Amino acid sequence: MAIELLYFAWVREAIGRDGETVSPPAEVRTVAALVDWLAGRGGGYAQAFAEPARLRCAVDQAFAPLDAPIAGAREIALFPPVTGG
Amino acid sequence: MSARVLVETADFDVGAELARLEALGGGGIASFTGVVRGGADEHGGLESLHLEAYPGMTRRALEDIAADAQARWPLLGLTLIHRHGTLGVGDRIVLVATAARHRGAALSACAFLIDWAKTRAPFWKQERFADGTARWVEATAADADTAAAWEASAEHGRP
Repeated sequence: MAIELLYFAWVREAIGRDGETVSPPAEVRTVAALVDWLAGRGGGYAQAFAEPARLRCAVDQAFAPLDAPIAGAREIALFPPVTGG
Repeated sequence: MSARVLVETADFDVGAELARLEALGGGGIASFTGVVRGGADEHGGLESLHLEAYPGMTRRALEDIAADAQARWPLLGLTLIHRHGTLGVGDRIVLVATAARHRGAALSACAFLIDWAKTRAPFWKQERFADGTARWVEATAADADTAAAWEASAEHGRP
């Protein structure tokens, strides 16, 4: 199952790219598990995802909690809490 | 009810935006303009503010925010314009403006819209300083608390 990932703000800077397509293993069922799986790559991923409490996400362009399931998702964005306005 | 929602890099004309709302027949127009804050700091001052958006999602998130305001107050019109890209000190970032028959709905909806946008619109601010350093702005607990208070509040303009 291929998922389009998007990274914003310091998540994007730490990882060094603004997105990628991934195919996580079947046991990765939630956004939080996906984050853990990505952090396992080390380097910028480990740095970006060191503190999951500082992360927010959107699944198919709607805000979602980190424990949201990823089954069927086409696009998942990972980013810090928003700071617009 | 006419909602005008824009996400753009270009500046906007506050006078023209308010005039559009003034022409809708209501008695009260409220507005909030957010501009890039200046002032001294340990980094030699702010050089620019960079606003990152989520191209596929930001506009729809603002439209959802506008719809939430319309559901709570009897508005005749509203405008929500948010810029992205690189801005300088004093540049306009965001305009929220509302029109209603009476001031209460216009003022409350205007406050709600900017509070909601702060916590629900996918934008991220990075401050770039004169000494070459940069810092991602942190979300504040105060902004989250303000939004949570609106969430708990049933305030709206209908009897």
